[in-house]
Amino acid sequence: MTAPAHATPARVRAVQLHPLSRRIMHWVNALAIVVMIMSGWRIYNYYPALPLHFGFPYYLTLGGDFTVTEAISNDDGLVNALYWHFAAMWVLVLNFLAYVIVGIVSGHFRRDFLPITIGAFLRDLFDALRGRLGHQLGEYNAVQKMFYWGVLAAIVVTILSGLSIWKPVQLQGLTWLFGGYEFARVVHFFGMATIVGFLVVHLALTALVPKTLVAMVLGRAAEAPHPRNGE
Amino acid sequence: MSRWVLERRPVVPTTERRLFLRRTLSLGALTLLTGCDISDRDGVQDVLKLMSRWNDRVQAFLFSKHRLAPTYSESDVVRDFRYNAFFPAADAPQLSASDYRLELSGLIVDKRPWSVEQLYALPQESQITRHVCIEGWSMIGKWSGPRLGDFLKRVGADLSAKYVGFQCADGYYGSIDMPSALHPQTIMAVKFADETLPAKYGYPFKVRIPTKLGFKNPKWVTTIFVTNRDPGGFWEDRGYNWFSGS
Repeated sequence: MTAPAHATPARVRAVQLHPLSRRIMHWVNALAIVVMIMSGWRIYNYYPALPLHFGFPYYLTLGGDFTVTEAISNDDGLVNALYWHFAAMWVLVLNFLAYVIVGIVSGHFRRDFLPITIGAFLRDLFDALRGRLGHQLGEYNAVQKMFYWGVLAAIVVTILSGLSIWKPVQLQGLTWLFGGYEFARVVHFFGMATIVGFLVVHLALTALVPKTLVAMVLGRAAEAPHPRNGE
Repeated sequence: MSRWVLERRPVVPTTERRLFLRRTLSLGALTLLTGCDISDRDGVQDVLKLMSRWNDRVQAFLFSKHRLAPTYSESDVVRDFRYNAFFPAADAPQLSASDYRLELSGLIVDKRPWSVEQLYALPQESQITRHVCIEGWSMIGKWSGPRLGDFLKRVGADLSAKYVGFQCADGYYGSIDMPSALHPQTIMAVKFADETLPAKYGYPFKVRIPTKLGFKNPKWVTTIFVTNRDPGGFWEDRGYNWFSGS
């Protein structure tokens, strides 16, 4: 009588988790998002969309050194931030579209992010809050699935509200959908804030379970995936 | 050297911000955060400028001469419209109707200069539109004046030329693409909120282009020229995107 394969691991097998295409798109997206957020923070500082006396610390913004840009262009730092924002938007949007298409066609969304039920979400959320929710490479729990859907939605909303601010005349229907130019700026801000919130949790959890970082870099990690997920 | 701060209102006053910046720069050097900022390197600047040129082309493609900027009602008009220039309103050019002449040059057949009286006698259009600044703020105003497109036709401008350029009494200069110049909502605004354009808003006229960002709407215009060579612009030469359509 032979034991099940996963019961007799003389050595732990490396398992493929993320195909190369997904890893490339993940890191391109990470770079584009960081550039968009940091340049966006500097743009925000020039005329805040929120009625609060609040600005982002300049060392967290992207757009070059003030003294240098002033010497080059006599501009006090907005130009480079705009340059970055409207260059990185192409990288973000094209990469995101590729990710969505590949995600649908390859079955990645269906296989890894679905199904998701309210019952499972509440149960996993409760476990997570009690610190009882384990992490199984290769399988996402309901809280994780909800998180990924949430950040995908936030990225879509932020991109669309951004387009509506960029082109309130040519894309005026879209601007109208976001409640007009001024409100679209607020939507764009909270879309960003949601993404930043996701990033904080995402990075914290990666720090807690570093093998997920290995998996996103190398594509595989030294752990058998959960048997339910197959191999 | 005078500080050119057209359309500027930073969160923190400039000097205060500089001090803050200096402090954070040393902090950044420690944390390797600012050390990563590669914005000012030549190669990076080249790529970023290339992307800005690409965005010019995309915006020219998105622009439609038939698509009008949204218009608003009289009650939306901001009466105390924001004054915006690199000098205090008291120092705004005070052009007198008796001395002023609008000069025309470049690819224009009839280059005779125009007086304020002649300009103000042209048929006028009114619009209540949103002025959007590159910094993000916006304000709804009411402007009236002759269409720039009608004016260009009247003086025999080469409408197949690429650019229409402007020079202003305050040293400001700018240029726009011909399709935007011929857009029905692009006007030589001689009135704001039904009254003769005050000096601080650009008397005798400002070019009002609701399909472009605020800095593409020059005030105190003294010369209009038509050309096929990119004339650039005050802020454009400092890196703002040239097309800057809305």
